Amino acid sequence: MAYLPHTETERAAMLKAVGVSSMEDLFGAVPSAHRFPDLDLPEAVSEIEILSELHAMSEANVDMQHFACFLGAGAYHHFIPSVVDHILRRNEFYTAYTPYQPEISQGTLQAVFEYQSLVCHLTGMEVSNASHYDGATALAEAVILALNHHRGARREVVLSPAIHPHFREVVRTYMQGLDVSLRGDDILANDSSALSKMIGPSTALVAVQYPDFLGRIEDFTRLAESAHAAGALLCVVVNPLALGMLRPPGEFGADVVVGEGQTLGIPLSFGGPYLGIFTTKNEFVRKMAGRLVGETVDSRGQRGYVLTLTPREQHIRREKATSNICTNQGLMALAAAVYLSEMGKQGLRRVAELCYHKAHYAAEALGAVPGYRRWGEGHFFHEFVLACPRPVAEINERLLEYEILGGYDLGSVYPEMRDHMLLAVTEMNTKEEIDDLASALKEVAHA
Amino acid sequence: MPEPLIYEISSPGRMAVTLPESDVPEIELPPGMVRTELPLPEVSELDLVRHFVRLSQLNHSIDTGFYPLGSCTMKYNPKVHEDAARMPGFAQTHPLQDPNTAQGNLALMYSLQEWLKEIGGFAGVSLQPAAGAHGELTGILILRAYFRDRGETKRTKILIPNSAHGTNPATTAMSGLQVVELPSDSRGNIDLEALRVACDETVAGLMLTNPNTLGLFEEHVLEVADLVHGCGGLMYGDGANMNALLGIVRPGDIGFDVLHFNLHKTFTTPHGGGGPGCGPVGVVDRLVEYLPGPLVEVVEDDDGDLAPLYALGMPPKTIGRVKSFHGHFGMHVRAYTYMRMQGKAGLRAVSDHAVLNANYLRVRLRGTYPIPYDRICMHEFVAEGRWEEAPGVRALDVAKRLMDYGFHPPTNYFPLIVPEALMIEPTETESVQTLDSFAEAMIKIAQEARTDPELLRTAPHNTPFGRLDEVQAAKALVLCCSPG
Amino acid sequence: MNYPQDLKYTKNDEWVRVQGGSGTSGITDYAQSQLSDIVFFEVSASVGAAVKQGEAFGTVESVKAASDIYMPVTGTLTEINADLSKSPDWINKDPYGQAWMIRFQIGDPVQVDGLMDAAAYEMYCQGRSH
Repeated sequence: MAYLPHTETERAAMLKAVGVSSMEDLFGAVPSAHRFPDLDLPEAVSEIEILSELHAMSEANVDMQHFACFLGAGAYHHFIPSVVDHILRRNEFYTAYTPYQPEISQGTLQAVFEYQSLVCHLTGMEVSNASHYDGATALAEAVILALNHHRGARREVVLSPAIHPHFREVVRTYMQGLDVSLRGDDILANDSSALSKMIGPSTALVAVQYPDFLGRIEDFTRLAESAHAAGALLCVVVNPLALGMLRPPGEFGADVVVGEGQTLGIPLSFGGPYLGIFTTKNEFVRKMAGRLVGETVDSRGQRGYVLTLTPREQHIRREKATSNICTNQGLMALAAAVYLSEMGKQGLRRVAELCYHKAHYAAEALGAVPGYRRWGEGHFFHEFVLACPRPVAEINERLLEYEILGGYDLGSVYPEMRDHMLLAVTEMNTKEEIDDLASALKEVAHA
Repeated sequence: MPEPLIYEISSPGRMAVTLPESDVPEIELPPGMVRTELPLPEVSELDLVRHFVRLSQLNHSIDTGFYPLGSCTMKYNPKVHEDAARMPGFAQTHPLQDPNTAQGNLALMYSLQEWLKEIGGFAGVSLQPAAGAHGELTGILILRAYFRDRGETKRTKILIPNSAHGTNPATTAMSGLQVVELPSDSRGNIDLEALRVACDETVAGLMLTNPNTLGLFEEHVLEVADLVHGCGGLMYGDGANMNALLGIVRPGDIGFDVLHFNLHKTFTTPHGGGGPGCGPVGVVDRLVEYLPGPLVEVVEDDDGDLAPLYALGMPPKTIGRVKSFHGHFGMHVRAYTYMRMQGKAGLRAVSDHAVLNANYLRVRLRGTYPIPYDRICMHEFVAEGRWEEAPGVRALDVAKRLMDYGFHPPTNYFPLIVPEALMIEPTETESVQTLDSFAEAMIKIAQEARTDPELLRTAPHNTPFGRLDEVQAAKALVLCCSPG
Repeated sequence: MNYPQDLKYTKNDEWVRVQGGSGTSGITDYAQSQLSDIVFFEVSASVGAAVKQGEAFGTVESVKAASDIYMPVTGTLTEINADLSKSPDWINKDPYGQAWMIRFQIGDPVQVDGLMDAAAYEMYCQGRSH
């Protein structure tokens, strides 16, 4: 049996020490009618066999090592320096658990403290928690923070339609038992000024995305002012990598900044595990869910770190807790900390700029292909919308023949955006790939 | 020696990463939208590597020593899992690519769903939830949706034993339902009389961890399920302790209607210093249509020649997504690998040995440490870290002293119903020699508690850090360093 | 443990000092010792607010617990001890003096009679610490 150390002799001696004669005797408390079911599961395989089985399964997929990727929509193909995974594979990091015993967990604690600091500086906010499950659940927790801030007296949330559709769905899932009304995201045309008009005395939170789901960037200072004038909070959902170049939402007056941290050194991995970034202002720190690491000293006078403000959490507060969350995405937060340190001040800016330049080159090249045109105006970061001459799914199917993974079919979430493709371009896309995509699009423009 | 912060080893102008020149024309950046300051560190790659490697060396971990942290199942994390999850065909796939181009991933997820159904005795499984607490929220939202769909809107109460983990009441509150706490009896089971009184037409369900947080199998589980079902309620199972039940009993067979698995415990996906976890949810037939999606379904059967065709689908009355995309796929790969390598017999052996190891330690410590509910336990047990002869010593001191002997302490102060609790879960992957050396250290500490209590109260002594001042941390609240 | 004779007590461990029609309230010596080092104190209600008996008017937090503080009798808040938020450790040092939390106009004097006196409260506390 894999990973079980006892020899037959040892097992017999242990059973004797316990005072039973067989393994079965240990399970007397289990109802006999249901005990020891005969499970329909496969028999064990060896390490050699499982590796070849997994290899075959993984090779049945189209992957970014072999295909040029222009698909984004909330998960992006970025460069991950080798150093990131080497640190993640340190046994002492990935085989430890939550740092309940700070004397023997300073590695995790300090790494999380550094993560919190890096993320605060990136977003322009004052405090960050140790992370949430992903960007979508972080947004749901932002809504809960706003509801708690208003002590339940305000029960309305204004959501921008240009927030990632999964994020909005998750907020609805979380809110289904809480008598909260979510509005604003039913029509794609609802822009900042339309959202601003929906803010009223029962609005707890206004949430927008930056860059938004369609890649657009906008200064939310005025929206923050309208929200604050009505006593509501403003939450901005970010792509943290874009903040390598763009003004941080802290400058707009955001009260909460959340985001999907996958872009900070975390592989696509078919959707997870990713990293939920959650930051806010000092005044909301006790309303913030999730773990927090704070600085202190030890009995020998050394600087050290501990989990702090734990009384907000479920294991003490129980039904009055800010959330039921226990874990964070510890290892993913470590990945982000290593990634941001490796990139540093100049590197992150450079990656963001490369994305920006390449995406703009692509927008121009693809928009010029006969039958296609760039949809929308205004500034964008590294994602843009292309109006297509035929259904996106059909184009994407054809693009596979060119070893290209095409963009996201916007018609699948916005009915008014049928035949519109959302394309993402990152530092991983070469000019040659973009030119190839342009010529492939030309060839597949007609059925 | 404390390690400096990454910002403290930064020098202006230094750079670690190398990046290519732009191969497209560079254009003007968007006016008014570009940040002026980017306060990130500037370090060399070697300094960065040393920094994080040194930090790692300040951690206790499974791979460096015994880690009997109760209710967390800190078992060995096989290395082949890490290689599996990083195969480019898995790690470099995009969650939104056409499912027809990700059939390998879907096949893996489908098998995992099927195996978890079989192990749990359920009709449906969703792999979406990100962690145990997230699975709990999912499960309770499913109960709520089920009753609302049936028009039974008066069912708003969730019964929770007082031995339960704090997530249970927190989850209930997040779902907009009310908590009703139930007492435990003298054998550590739910008090059946109290349960009988509480069961009425306002009950949506009962949340039960089985084995419970004392490590004991709920002896009256069938009666508990009958009482709850009898009043029209549903049974929620917290699968945190499934490591005791693989091939022993299927929760679905003994009355549980919903249960979350913890892949990071039972199926040994790494704990990662506090996550990512993975908390799939299994349900009985009548709840399948409420599961969060997407689920992996077979749309065209295996015809003998071709593999089946898989697709992603949303159950008709789904509570909705609980996170973006399809769940923690990287964890699905690891759990799949584990289940394949253990196989049917191996999974049963996992639980057999987890229970054997816990009972062996229980018997070795009996007589030295008070064990309040001393009967055959499952995969863990709870002792008390206090003695009348050593009035100044608490469980916390025992825990801290254990570090001096190179062991991670057990969970302490949980469950709340045992004073000075030490909750010990050895797991099946530990050898008898490791268990013996831990028991010997525990026995020695019990002696020290009487002969030299100060040694315990000031412990640990041999670790890189002494006790940390939690009061100062909470009062001064430094949660972020300055960038300069 | 200190149980001043001139005060009235609640089951949630608040004390009340009654002077004419007005009351002053805080948490007891027993409560602060159970909580240990207090690091945070906040009143959620504001001056002028009418708060019913048993409703939470604030929160107190130590490193190991957070607890709501409840209105001992129905009343209208007239004053909040703003300094206490800056130095919550007074609650540990001087729970009946410097660490008073709120002053209020008593809405229903009959409720005061329903509270425990010092002797009853002392017995109640002893019954809880086994």
